[in-house]
Amino acid sequence: MSERKLAMNRAIIEALSHEMARDESVFIMGEDIGLYGGVFATYQRLFKQFGPERVMDTPISEAGFTGIALGAAAEGRRPVVDLMFVDFFGACADQVLNQIGKVHYMSGGQVKVPLVILTGIGGGYNDAASHSQCIYSIFAHMPGMKIVVPSNSHDAKGLLTAAIRDDDPVMYFFHKKLLGLTWLSYPETAVSHVPQEPYEIPFGKADVVKEGTDVTIIGISMTVHDAIEAAGKLQPDGVSAEVLDLRTLVPLDKEAILASVKKTGRLVVADEDYVRWGVSGEIAAIVAEEGFDYLKAPVKRVAHPMCPIPYGRNMENFCLPDADKIVAAVKEIL
Amino acid sequence: MKKAIKLDLWRTMVRCRLFEEKVAEVFLEGKQPKYDLGSGPIGGGMHLAAGQEPVAAGLCAHLTHDDTLTGTHRAHHFAIAKGMSMHKLAAELMMRDTGCCRGKGGHMHLYDASVKFSCSGIVGAGMGPACGAALAARQMGRDWVAVATFSDGAANAGVFHESLNIAAKWKLPVLYVCEDNSWAISVSKEASTSVARNSERAASYGIPGAYVEGNDVVKIYKAAGEAVARARKGEGPTLLEIETDRYLGHFEGDVQVYRPKNEVTKLKERDPIEVFGNAIISAGETTAEELEQIKADAKKEVDQAFEQARKEPLPADMDAFKNVFTNEQESIAVAGGAK
Repeated sequence: MSERKLAMNRAIIEALSHEMARDESVFIMGEDIGLYGGVFATYQRLFKQFGPERVMDTPISEAGFTGIALGAAAEGRRPVVDLMFVDFFGACADQVLNQIGKVHYMSGGQVKVPLVILTGIGGGYNDAASHSQCIYSIFAHMPGMKIVVPSNSHDAKGLLTAAIRDDDPVMYFFHKKLLGLTWLSYPETAVSHVPQEPYEIPFGKADVVKEGTDVTIIGISMTVHDAIEAAGKLQPDGVSAEVLDLRTLVPLDKEAILASVKKTGRLVVADEDYVRWGVSGEIAAIVAEEGFDYLKAPVKRVAHPMCPIPYGRNMENFCLPDADKIVAAVKEIL
Repeated sequence: MKKAIKLDLWRTMVRCRLFEEKVAEVFLEGKQPKYDLGSGPIGGGMHLAAGQEPVAAGLCAHLTHDDTLTGTHRAHHFAIAKGMSMHKLAAELMMRDTGCCRGKGGHMHLYDASVKFSCSGIVGAGMGPACGAALAARQMGRDWVAVATFSDGAANAGVFHESLNIAAKWKLPVLYVCEDNSWAISVSKEASTSVARNSERAASYGIPGAYVEGNDVVKIYKAAGEAVARARKGEGPTLLEIETDRYLGHFEGDVQVYRPKNEVTKLKERDPIEVFGNAIISAGETTAEELEQIKADAKKEVDQAFEQARKEPLPADMDAFKNVFTNEQESIAVAGGAK
């Protein structure tokens, strides 16, 4: 069977199209998603296919429309909300952090919130401090929300399908530089085979992208590709790296992480988010707590330092994780 | 209106226009054959204000360096009209250490404390801070004013309503200046806003509101002058909604499929630089030659700003760790991971 390679933005559109055709309660809200098809081309043709009642352009009112999504979901509808850049979450922080993830719990299970928030993350193209963040850590830290971070188009479609069908609120983070846009460079490994038919990828199931024996490199979103590249660079030096793509942060595939570290004894976590108080630290803590005996060396983290993301390209590249930094980290613990 | 003021207004508009046209050019450098936002001397998204110059010129003519102005992702014209040096602006866009923010902020996060100008890429982010500058001025017994500039789309953001209510209640010396260019990326004002004009919303807050038509620098100058005077006298905020025209896309590279065909061509028929230039000539207050000279000088200023910037150094990589905190050692320690 020949490969059906599709860019991530097209894979997202396919998942949405399938689900909206299948389930009339699914509808989309957000800024510039209608005729425009989304600033990241993740909603193209859906407006034509399903019309303004199901693909709804909103004003610039994040607090308003995320609250609306919550209310509609509580009534059994299945909204998909576009938060254009994750950096805009401040405008809807209360709805997202205090309400959406907590309502099911606070109601003792009475109310379900089957909504999905799709949001663009990531830097590396000089969009600077307030347009380049990842900060999925903030949302992962709040109990009650599932956190999905696809690294490639195949996973993007399967995970989004699962997200829409899930009865819990899901935040789905797509990296802008993995979408396959014509105006933003992307790694080839982001574009993978996407089956035509609908399929789900279960949450809490990491992917072993590449098997190895000497070190585990965990990647999230863009850093999965940095890890793949790093593994390639380590190979000629006789270092066999295993690359793990977490796919979802909540629920987390803890078993896969521990099994891999048990096998290799060494762990480097590569994360584009800020290094402190986030995902990379969480993974390191879990391994320290539950996989301590497996470790032959300290855990290493390659992540963005604790400064806002600088505009200037040389400074931003200095801060961002990349394959060379991952390779250097691996060599420190060999 | 005195001739000197008219010429100043025209000069400011021309400087802004020529600057934006230059940025559009330089932005394309390094983006061939593959167009990539992350390539070339100017990176990231770019949002240009060609067509919107009258708002900046007419408003900033009434402001001093002690008055604060906050802007949006489309703010180069305000930066220039407020008094930021074109060179510092160009150098910042080109990531140089000599840029206004030493390469840290970039196009959507420009700051010039010496003229109290700043802008943000988050819609509505500047409204509260403008009110804050106004509050501080009053606390310090100054007659300084502050201006929050934003666009039609931002008037639907929660912070607009919150901050304007506070400004009205506390009678803060602030202006809310809405640039109505009809478009919030691809969504028209009409499609997103529950009232015909945002100036009507002033009534909700018990403050004066005015709609200024026609992208007309003289009308803007008059309306802004009244609002600034009111604020300086302690009479509180004004909401001005100014009809203006966005000639280019939301961002450079925007194909603008949502825009009616020929809309921009039609808008350019009332190009404020042409219209006002012709008006001052007709009134016998200047000649075509004088205006040509002003234009030539402005072109020189723009070209030199970029030429100089090109020669200047980038910041050091590790400068990324500075300015996180005010104490440099502490900043480097925390950002570098030592603390």
